Amino acid sequence: MKTIPSRPAGVQPRRILARLAGTLGRLRPADLGRALVVPALALAAFLLLWSAGASQLRTSLGALPGPVQVWEQAAALWAEHRAGRQKEAAFYQRLRKRVAAAEAAGAPPERIARLRAHRYTGPETFIDQVLTSLATVATGFLLASLIAIPLGVVIGLNTTLYQAFNPLIQLFKPVSPLAWLPLVTLVVSALYAGQDGALSKAFLTSAITVTLCCLWPTLVNTAVGVAGVSKELLDVSRVLRLGWITKTVKIVLPSAVPMMFTGLRLSLGIGWMVLIAAEMLAQNPGLGKFVWDEFQNGSSNSLARIMVAILAIGLIGFLLDRGMLALQRAVSWDRSAVLR
Amino acid sequence: MHCIPKPETPARLLRAGLLACALAILAGGPARAAVGEPEKDALRFGFIKLTDMAPLAVAYERGFFEDEGLYVRLEAQANWKVLLDGVIDGRLDGAQMLPGQALAATIGYGTRAHIVTPISLDLNGNAITVSNEVWAAMRPHLPRRADGRPRHPIGAQHLKPVVARYRAAGRPFRMGMVFPVSTHNYELRYWLAAGGLHPGYYAPHKGDTAGTLEAEVLLSVTPPPQMPATMEAGTLQGYCVGEPWNQQAVLRGIGVALITDHEIWRYNPEKVFGMTRASTERYPNTTVRIVKALLRAARWLDAAAGRHRKAAAKMLSHSYYVGADEAVIAGPLMGRFEYAPGDRRPAPDFNVFFRHHATYPYYSDAVWTLTQMRRWGQIPDYRPDAWYLEVARKVYRPDIYRRAAEALIAEGRMRPADFPDFRRETGFRPPQDGFIDGIVFDATRPNAYLEQFPIGLKGRDRI
Repeated sequence: MKTIPSRPAGVQPRRILARLAGTLGRLRPADLGRALVVPALALAAFLLLWSAGASQLRTSLGALPGPVQVWEQAAALWAEHRAGRQKEAAFYQRLRKRVAAAEAAGAPPERIARLRAHRYTGPETFIDQVLTSLATVATGFLLASLIAIPLGVVIGLNTTLYQAFNPLIQLFKPVSPLAWLPLVTLVVSALYAGQDGALSKAFLTSAITVTLCCLWPTLVNTAVGVAGVSKELLDVSRVLRLGWITKTVKIVLPSAVPMMFTGLRLSLGIGWMVLIAAEMLAQNPGLGKFVWDEFQNGSSNSLARIMVAILAIGLIGFLLDRGMLALQRAVSWDRSAVLR
Repeated sequence: MHCIPKPETPARLLRAGLLACALAILAGGPARAAVGEPEKDALRFGFIKLTDMAPLAVAYERGFFEDEGLYVRLEAQANWKVLLDGVIDGRLDGAQMLPGQALAATIGYGTRAHIVTPISLDLNGNAITVSNEVWAAMRPHLPRRADGRPRHPIGAQHLKPVVARYRAAGRPFRMGMVFPVSTHNYELRYWLAAGGLHPGYYAPHKGDTAGTLEAEVLLSVTPPPQMPATMEAGTLQGYCVGEPWNQQAVLRGIGVALITDHEIWRYNPEKVFGMTRASTERYPNTTVRIVKALLRAARWLDAAAGRHRKAAAKMLSHSYYVGADEAVIAGPLMGRFEYAPGDRRPAPDFNVFFRHHATYPYYSDAVWTLTQMRRWGQIPDYRPDAWYLEVARKVYRPDIYRRAAEALIAEGRMRPADFPDFRRETGFRPPQDGFIDGIVFDATRPNAYLEQFPIGLKGRDRI
């Protein structure tokens, strides 16, 4: 997409959106049109306000970038990603040549195997960093869910255990990731001494910090969901003399699923938010480190690149939430099928 | 090996003899100089976002590491402490380092570890910058040239009245440097003390590692890339740092550079490449190959009358390396330094990577750093001259350098004239006189050198 520099940004998209809205309005004069037009207008207004306001605000790195500069930097980051991939391909081509030369020279097989095992060592591109962030948050979130769901079920079923755990949960729930991080860093460094492991310390530190922060909504909601299983269903299980495991799997879990997923959705949202701060401090090569590095670089493009990252963070957070919502709907439908 | 003399003229005879000897050296060369396969070929090196990390970037980007069979990953480090810890705990196989870090770690000031350096990376490359507020107070009183611009070099005696005013108003005068044992700390201290401003003592034996005892100017540590932002926030009144973080402040209009380190001490040694002694012993071939690649990179940076510098600036402006704007990096790298907005002056030797034997790990460079550690109390007690030389020999390793250089000569990639004459080189530069205060540095007599300074510990002084 090319923008015309002489015209203020946002004018063109607005006209296009208005026309689009008109077309949709003619097709279906009802809710759908409004559902599209209103957010589109709001977005256009936001872009206008942004581009007008940004140029007024001067920092020592120049004016705050408007939508046009941010778009340009997004394109530049994509171009850098492509260039990085090309360099990677060139590296593997050189490596293959070297392997062939070594084979021709009759080098011992273990030397050739070692040569072949080398990996490209160039810098991560923006896309790589997004993927690293996603992998980190997924790890942290999975770990949190593996702890929170079983624990939530157990303390939801047992009032005594609930009373025992509740103060601890309330105590740790509000702790900020920035407070956890130094502790986690030191513990990871102490326990994970081997350097040649598949996972870097920075990755583990970030993922565990995410775990510690996004554990709580799932735990609390699962416990509440389990505790709220209707009396009638529990009576049925007693009449049928179901064992503890069967009761939990067939009756308690299905009826607690909506609450559980509400918790999981909250947890994932928190995890994604916490991740950026954790990566910034732990120097895990994801989006958080990207933002920090750009801040440090202080080039004239840094602010626009940071904004690209902010938008990417927002967009990915939104998509993660939608994904969880879809999952929640799918699973809730299952639950009604079981109950029926 | 001698050739049979034929009845010829004496001149031709001599020429033939020389040729034969040269051939003999060449023939004997490769056998002695050949470096075996690297014992470890996947390596991680740390660097700090500074222009003078260039040899590492060049060795990577131009394939010099790969030519040596080394697969290197370069990783920017948040600050010098993180970098040093990385090398000590093995997370990094080597790093661009401050010479003081290798020396201090080896003598146990700070974290103790035996670090060695087989190659120096560059000369010069730093400058001292002050905030606009300080500059406005200094400027009217500076001596001027015919064209109205301030006459250089600007000594710290011109800063003295400003500091006095700050102190009279009860405001501390703070300046930043990058690490307690950094060249920047010692250069800033040297410049301040040469102008009669006391930069403060360290007293590690009393647990004081702030270095502000008796100080008129309070120095503190800030990571290089954060210098401009910290000064802009008003936390610092000035700083000493490597490029591009002086030009960044000047071009962003938040400060003015007073003096480059070349004007404080001409051709002063700057960064080194540091590794643990254990790794150089475990991987001797790898070590020599690293030095070979870095030597080629350094030569590339200075070759062709500096015509590669533009490409180097572009390389370094990549956000992964230094990340500042290409224009900001290019200025000093291409021999122009902008002291104040619009006041741009030629500085052809602002960054020296290969000329003047910039890469040779001179013992005398190590001794100078040690004398400054003693001068400011980081070494709290008297040490005999022999101790300085002994520490220098432990850390600086021209023997490894020589193997790498001879291998490059044998491969025909470099000429003997590119290096010091190894048969005669003692590792000590002749007494150096390029200092702003005119004091001469003779590395063979460190204690006598310290005696000459009006400000600073000497002899058996103890805080």
